[in-house]
Amino acid sequence: MSSLTLHDVRFVEPEGTRNYITHDYGALSWLLTRDHKRIAILYLFSITALFMLGGFFAVVMRIELLTPEGDLLTSDTYNKFFTLHGIVMIFFFLIPSIPAVLGNFLLPLMIGAKDLAFPRINLLSWYLYIIAAVMGLYIIITGGVDTGWTFYTPFSTQFSNTHVFGVTFAAFIVGFSSILTGLNFLVTIHRMRAPGLTWFRLPLFVWAMYATSIVQLLATPVLAITLVMLMVERVLHVGIFDPALGGDPLLFQHMFWFYSHPAVYIMILPAMGVASEVVAGFTRKKIFGYSFVAYSSLAIAFLGFLVWAHHMFVAGISVYSAMIFSFLSYFVAVPSAIKVFNWTATLYRASVALMTPMLYILGFIGLFTIGGVTGLFLAAIGLDVHVTDTYFVVAHFHYIMVGGAVMAYMAGLHFWWPKITGRMYPEWWARLAALLIFSGFNLTFFPQFILGYLGMPRRYHAYAPEFQVLNVMSTAGASVLALGYALPLAYLIWSLWYGRLAGPNPWGAVGLEWTTASPPPHDNFHETPVVTWDAYDYPAMMKAVGETQNV
Amino acid sequence: MSVVTNDPSAHEHHHPFLQHHFEDLGQQHEASTLGMWMFLATEILFFGGVLCAYWIYRVMYPEAWAIGAAQQIWWLGAINTIVLIISSLTMALAVRNAQLGRRMGTVAMLIATLFFGSIFLGVKAYEYTKHWQEGLFPGLAFHWNEVPALAPKVQLFMTFYWTLTGLHALHMVIGAGLLLWFIWRAWAGHFGPEYYGPVEIMGLYWHFVDIVWIFLFPFLYLIHGAHHG
Amino acid sequence: MADATTTDIEHAEHAPHVHVTPLLTYFLVFLALAIGTILTVAASRYDLGMWNTPIALVIATIKAVLVILFFMHVIHSTRLTWVVIIASFLWLGVLFVLTFADYLTRVWKIY
Repeated sequence: MSSLTLHDVRFVEPEGTRNYITHDYGALSWLLTRDHKRIAILYLFSITALFMLGGFFAVVMRIELLTPEGDLLTSDTYNKFFTLHGIVMIFFFLIPSIPAVLGNFLLPLMIGAKDLAFPRINLLSWYLYIIAAVMGLYIIITGGVDTGWTFYTPFSTQFSNTHVFGVTFAAFIVGFSSILTGLNFLVTIHRMRAPGLTWFRLPLFVWAMYATSIVQLLATPVLAITLVMLMVERVLHVGIFDPALGGDPLLFQHMFWFYSHPAVYIMILPAMGVASEVVAGFTRKKIFGYSFVAYSSLAIAFLGFLVWAHHMFVAGISVYSAMIFSFLSYFVAVPSAIKVFNWTATLYRASVALMTPMLYILGFIGLFTIGGVTGLFLAAIGLDVHVTDTYFVVAHFHYIMVGGAVMAYMAGLHFWWPKITGRMYPEWWARLAALLIFSGFNLTFFPQFILGYLGMPRRYHAYAPEFQVLNVMSTAGASVLALGYALPLAYLIWSLWYGRLAGPNPWGAVGLEWTTASPPPHDNFHETPVVTWDAYDYPAMMKAVGETQNV
Repeated sequence: MSVVTNDPSAHEHHHPFLQHHFEDLGQQHEASTLGMWMFLATEILFFGGVLCAYWIYRVMYPEAWAIGAAQQIWWLGAINTIVLIISSLTMALAVRNAQLGRRMGTVAMLIATLFFGSIFLGVKAYEYTKHWQEGLFPGLAFHWNEVPALAPKVQLFMTFYWTLTGLHALHMVIGAGLLLWFIWRAWAGHFGPEYYGPVEIMGLYWHFVDIVWIFLFPFLYLIHGAHHG
Repeated sequence: MADATTTDIEHAEHAPHVHVTPLLTYFLVFLALAIGTILTVAASRYDLGMWNTPIALVIATIKAVLVILFFMHVIHSTRLTWVVIIASFLWLGVLFVLTFADYLTRVWKIY
C-alpha cells in the first residue's frame, strides 16, 4: 500500500498512448467536448482572434495620434475606436486570458483531477463567450459604440446614438461566462484535489486562481445587474441614473466600479500566479514566504472590493468617503508589495535560468511595480485631481494590464506551451520577441506618463502641437510592440510541426502537471496521484533525481 | 505499489448517474451542492445590487416610495407570500421524500410545488395587467400624476417595482420549467437515498427565490403610510 | 429535542450522507413563516414612527434565516457552506456600506 512519491510519478506515461488532441477526431469532437484541455484550446483561439481585433483598434489610434491634427479618423470614429479597444481587450481578452486558457488547462492537472467539477458548465461558459463575441462583432460591423468601455450614464442612456444596448447586453452575457468559470474553479479546488494535496501544498498558481474566482463570482453579478438597469433606462426612457428624472449618475459609477475595480484583480491575480510558478521553475527554489504569497492573493481579492471610488474622486462624491477610499486604496499596495518582495527574495542569490518565460516575468515584476506605484499616485486625492482623465491614467493601467497581465500571459503561454502541445517553441525567436515586447511596451507607454503629467487629456483624437514628440515616440513604440506580438503568433504555429519534442518535463520543474505526458492524455493521469510532498519541493526532487542517477 | 486506476471498466458497478471524473457519488453530491450555493451567492449579489440602488433612492425620496407602495394591492402581495411559503414547504417535502426513496411522494410534492408556483405567477400576471391599465408601467406608458411634483420619483419606484418583481418572476418561470423536468425524472425513478442531490439542488434554487420574495413583499407593498388609500 | 429532530441513515461508504429532517420541523418552520408574514402586515398598519422599516427588515431577515437553516438544510451543512453564505452577505454589505458612506456624508446634503 505504498503511495506514489514525486520520484515514482515522473514518467508514468505508457508509450504510444493517445493524448487529449488525438483522443477523438472531427470538428464536433471539439465543439461538443467536455475536456477542460480542449475547452482551453477553444478559448486560446477565440481570445487570440479578439486580441488581434483589439490590437487593430489600438494601432489605428496610435497612427491617428502621430500628428496633432485629427486627420485620419473623425472624432466620432475615434470615440468608437477607443471604446471598442477597451471593451474587446477587457471583456473579451484580459478577463478570460489567463483563467480561461491557462487556468482551464492547468488547474485540474495541478491538483491531480481528471477534469473540472462541472465539465458541461465549462463548455457552456465558452459558448456564452462566443455568443457575446459574435454579438460584439455584429455591432462593430454595423456601426459600433462610442460611450467608452465604462458606459457612463447619462450619456450612454440618454444621448448616445450608437449600439449601447447591444454592447451592454454582450457584456452582460460574457459576464456570466466569467462567473461560471470562477464557480467551476472554486468547486474544483475545494472538492477535486488529489489525495494528500492539502491547501498548503497547492501551487501558488492555484491559490491565485482561487482568489481570482472569488472576485469573478462576487463582483460580476453586480456588473450584470448594473447593466440590466442601464438597459432598462435606455429602453424605457426612465431615470434610474438620470438627474432630470430623480436619478443619480454617480450611483451608476459606484455600482459599475464595484465590479470594474475588482476586475483589475481578475486580470492581475492570475498573472501573479504565473509569476510564482515561473520564478520557482527557473530558480529551482521554493518561493520565499510561500504562505505569505498565498494569503496575499486572498487579501488582494478582499481589499480590492474596498477601493472602487478612487475612480470617482473628481466626479462629485463626498470628500469624506473619498478620504476613506483613498486610505483603503493604499492598503491594497501591501499584499501586492509582499508578492513583489517575495519574488525578488526568491531570485536573490539563485542561479536564474534566463529562458523566455523568465524574461517575461522579470519584465512583469518591473513593469507591475511601476504600474502599482503610479497607482498610488492616483490613489492620493490631491494628485489625482491633477492627473484624472489624462494620459497618466492611460499609462498607469496599461503598465498593469499590458506590462503586468499580458506579459505574464505570454510567460505562461511559453512556460506551458510544451505541456499544451508537446513541442518546444524556438528559444532564440522567443527571446527576441520578449525583448521586442518589453522595449516596445516601455517606448509606447512611458512617454504617456509624461504626457499625462503635462496635461494631455485622454480620449481625444487631436492634441496640442507641443505634445507631438512624445506622441511620436509612443507610436514608434507601438509598432515595435505590434511586431513583438506578431512574432510569437508565427513561431508558435511553426513549432506545432517543427518544434523539438518536449517530453513530460522539459524545465525540470515540480508540480503535478509536469508528471504526466505532454500533451496530457484525455484523463490527465493514468493513475490518480497521491501527493506526499510540498509545493516547489526542488530539494526532494533533486534528491530523487540524484538517487535515480546513482542506481 | 497500489494506485487508483482510471480504467473505465473499473466503474462498471457504479451508479448510472455517477459522472466519470468523480471518485464516488459522495464527492459528486458535495461538489454539485457547493456549486449551487456558489451560484446562489452570485444571485445574492445580483438581486442585492438592484436593492442597493432601491435603498439609495428610498432614503432619498421616502414620500414617493410610500405613494408608490400605496399603488399596490397589499393583500394580493400577502396572499402571494403565503402561496410561495407553501410551495417552499412542498419543495422541502419533495426533497425529504426523495431522501427516503418515496417515488410517488416526490412526484406529488413536486407537482404541488409547481401548482403553487403557478398560482403565484397567475396573481402576479393579474397585478401586472392592472398596473399597466392604471398607467403605472414606467416610461411612455406612465400616466400617474396625482402629485405632479413627485411623479418622476413615483415612476422611479415603479421602475424598481417592475425590475425587481420582473427578475423574480423570471426566476420563478425558470424554476417552473425545471420543476417540469424534475417531475418527469422523479416519475422515471431517477432519485433515491443514494442519489437525491439534484432534487436537493432544485430545492435550494426554489427556496432562494422564496427568500427574495420574503424581502420584496415588505419593500414593495408595505411602506408605512402606504395604506391610506 | 435536538437529538429527536434528526434521523441519520447510513448507506454504503461512497453514497452521500443523508440527513432526513422530521416532518414536524418542516411544519413548525412553515408555521413560523406564516406568522411572520401576518406580523409584517400587521406591523405595517400602525404608525410606529421610525420603527416601521427596522421591524419589517428584522421580520424578513428572521424568515429568511429560517428558510436558509431548515428548508435549505444549512443547519446540517458543512462549514464551507456557511462560509459561502456569510461571505456573499458580507460582500453585499460592503456594497451597501461604502455606497451609503458616500451618499450620507456629502456636504451638500442630498438627504
